[in-house]
Amino acid sequence: MSVLEEGPVSLADAPVRRLNMIEAINDALSVMMERDSNVVVFGEDVGYFGGVFRATAGLQKKFGKNRVFDTPINECGIIGAAVGMGAYGLRPVPEIQFADYIYPGLDQLISEAARMRYRSAGEFTSPITVRSPFGGGIFGGQTHSQSPEALFTHVAGIKTIIPATPYDAKGLLISAIEDNDPVIFFEPKRIYNGPFSGNYDKPVEPWARHPDSAVPEGYYSIPLGKARIVREGEALTVLAYGTMIHVAEAVLADMGVDAEIIDLRTLVPIDIETVEKSVQKTGKVLIIHEATRTCGYGAELSALVQERCFYHLEAPIERVTGFDTPYPHSLEWAYFPGPVRIGEAVDRLLKA
Amino acid sequence: MADRPASDISARGNLPPLELHVPEPPFRPGDPVDYSYLEIPAAGLLPRPDEACAAKETHPLCDGLIRVMGDDHCAVGAWDPKLDPETLRRMLRVMALTRAFDDRMYRGQRQGKTSFYMKCTGEEATSVASAFALADDDMVFPSYRQQGILIARGYPLTEMINQIYSNRADKLKGRQLPIMYSSREHSFFSISGNLATQYPQAAGWAMASAIKGDTRIAASWIGEGSSAEGDAHAAFTFATVFNAPVVFNIVNNQWAISSFSGFAGAERATFAAKAVGYGIAGLRVDGNDALAVYAAMRWAANRARSNGGPTLIEHFTYRAEGHSTSDDPGQYRSAHEREEWPLGDPIMRLKRHLAALGEWTEDQHAAMDLELIEQVKAATKEAEKNGVLGHGMHHPFHTMFEDVFEELPWHLEEQADQAIRERRTKWPEWKES
Repeated sequence: MSVLEEGPVSLADAPVRRLNMIEAINDALSVMMERDSNVVVFGEDVGYFGGVFRATAGLQKKFGKNRVFDTPINECGIIGAAVGMGAYGLRPVPEIQFADYIYPGLDQLISEAARMRYRSAGEFTSPITVRSPFGGGIFGGQTHSQSPEALFTHVAGIKTIIPATPYDAKGLLISAIEDNDPVIFFEPKRIYNGPFSGNYDKPVEPWARHPDSAVPEGYYSIPLGKARIVREGEALTVLAYGTMIHVAEAVLADMGVDAEIIDLRTLVPIDIETVEKSVQKTGKVLIIHEATRTCGYGAELSALVQERCFYHLEAPIERVTGFDTPYPHSLEWAYFPGPVRIGEAVDRLLKA
Repeated sequence: MADRPASDISARGNLPPLELHVPEPPFRPGDPVDYSYLEIPAAGLLPRPDEACAAKETHPLCDGLIRVMGDDHCAVGAWDPKLDPETLRRMLRVMALTRAFDDRMYRGQRQGKTSFYMKCTGEEATSVASAFALADDDMVFPSYRQQGILIARGYPLTEMINQIYSNRADKLKGRQLPIMYSSREHSFFSISGNLATQYPQAAGWAMASAIKGDTRIAASWIGEGSSAEGDAHAAFTFATVFNAPVVFNIVNNQWAISSFSGFAGAERATFAAKAVGYGIAGLRVDGNDALAVYAAMRWAANRARSNGGPTLIEHFTYRAEGHSTSDDPGQYRSAHEREEWPLGDPIMRLKRHLAALGEWTEDQHAAMDLELIEQVKAATKEAEKNGVLGHGMHHPFHTMFEDVFEELPWHLEEQADQAIRERRTKWPEWKES
């Protein structure tokens, strides 16, 4: 991808480093805290220690305890306090240590943050960005592996963002923090350190060898609601986000299929134009997500595609997802929508 | 490895079976009411610790009851705020106006002008006297029964009624249930309806004020029933950890719809006593004694404003009317409770206090009441020019889709088109007024 095309300011002269996703997120937080004194960062273990995944490492030292601090272990309090701070005029960026722990904060997100602008007719807003590592593939068991994005895409008034590369993670997080609406920013923790092919028995590829680990210094942003075409192709359209982008890329390359892979990046509001254009071209759609199947975001994608592109479809829409079970520990890879499950769906699409 | 189980508690044969305790209020419909079991200390007895004291110095007060107005209607003791008669008359007037407003809006709901209303009868002091003790730009995070604060801060009655009628002049664009006001201009936070959610928000707002080195503090209100919500625990924890400049009020009006305060833990401890476990200051106040409420809030506000941290105030009072227009308290509590309530009526008590000072007469009071009725009537008439609920004078259709996000995304634009199309299908002549 071209850094030059995406940035709102010229990045031609910006020094470019190779960063992994955690470093890119840390960089985004640092850039925004420097630009806007209203940005505050807090959550469990994020202060002195710098976060269990190190996403906030060094920030307290740089910006002080008033702007970067640890909180009690109380997600309702973390989100609730963020809503109050947002009403004051701050731009809070709370961290929920694992997406699996976000549920005690749901009432504050769904009933409060998401509706603040609406219910007060714009008098009060919730310009908060909730960062949270999500997804499995790290042997986290059922409480450190979930993908609850569909809970949030179902809520009116919340934007849901999932980056798939270090470059995107930085640019999207900056946009999320600048956005005046509440944003859920789910970070696929399986790919914090390197893109993942889905072959769990092979060594991890570090980000440094991936072109999208080239992250410019300083400020740049990637607009929310805009998908990224990872790879152009003719045979079928893959709709995915996060970790599954890399799994899809690897599987389809192995299979030698000329697929068009679309990284949605923003689930709500979705970039429907990019989706429609691709489906009209290929006529075949493969939706992939790691989350459980029933009422997952794939169901919405599938409905949107058939409503808007039905007469272009040449095969039934395929959904490849996690199973409708809690995320198992020992059988993690049996749950994970890996190369076999994706391969079967691709075969069905190609034979149709 | 153990060759037998760790526990040797096996001889349980002599113990009675376990019993579940389900709280039961002392009085049910038809029962005579005797409140002699309530401990009501005489006015003026309790000490007033320094505002900068250690939190635990206040903890004995959590089991007491701060009262200023005695049986002779005179103010006594260390908590007497020594307000001048003019301030007292203004306070009385706002409390009486709140009651007149409630009465009129309740009737409006019964006449079909709106869907819902909630009175605060008997609890006016908990809001109005508190508002008098705060700075006007201190941010309040109210529950649904603090209309007295909005009225005390001079929010126009007509705007309140526009909101209650959800009419085309409603500043909240007809989106909120009646009485869920919001006014940034009056530092009055948007009311939710989900219980106690405003509590951690108040803590967060107060933290933000401290982060920014501001001088404004936050204050929040919940009922004793919703103090059972996890959000209350979240709020107390955040406030104590970060020493947030916030005043938490628990209005203990004895009833949460049909559940008496025992279902929120009142059989075991006072609500003020929650302060003890969190290590924050706690005060328990006669909520029908406007002077005591003012004094307690002023103490807590001064403390918060000088970096003394949070205070929890329990206002011991009585919900004299139903929970809302959708409630019939005759189904679950004795009608005699209101008559027998030992702390009287907050408006009558302040009135008698002013009279005892020689600063108020029955005639003045009667004249004021008439004047307030006229004031509310005029505001109602003004609001009705913009319609009442269900009579078509609502905000334009498109506004239903606005403010979900700052900018309208494509899917909401499509849905807005659909809503307007449906309207035209039903009424082909329809035009947005």
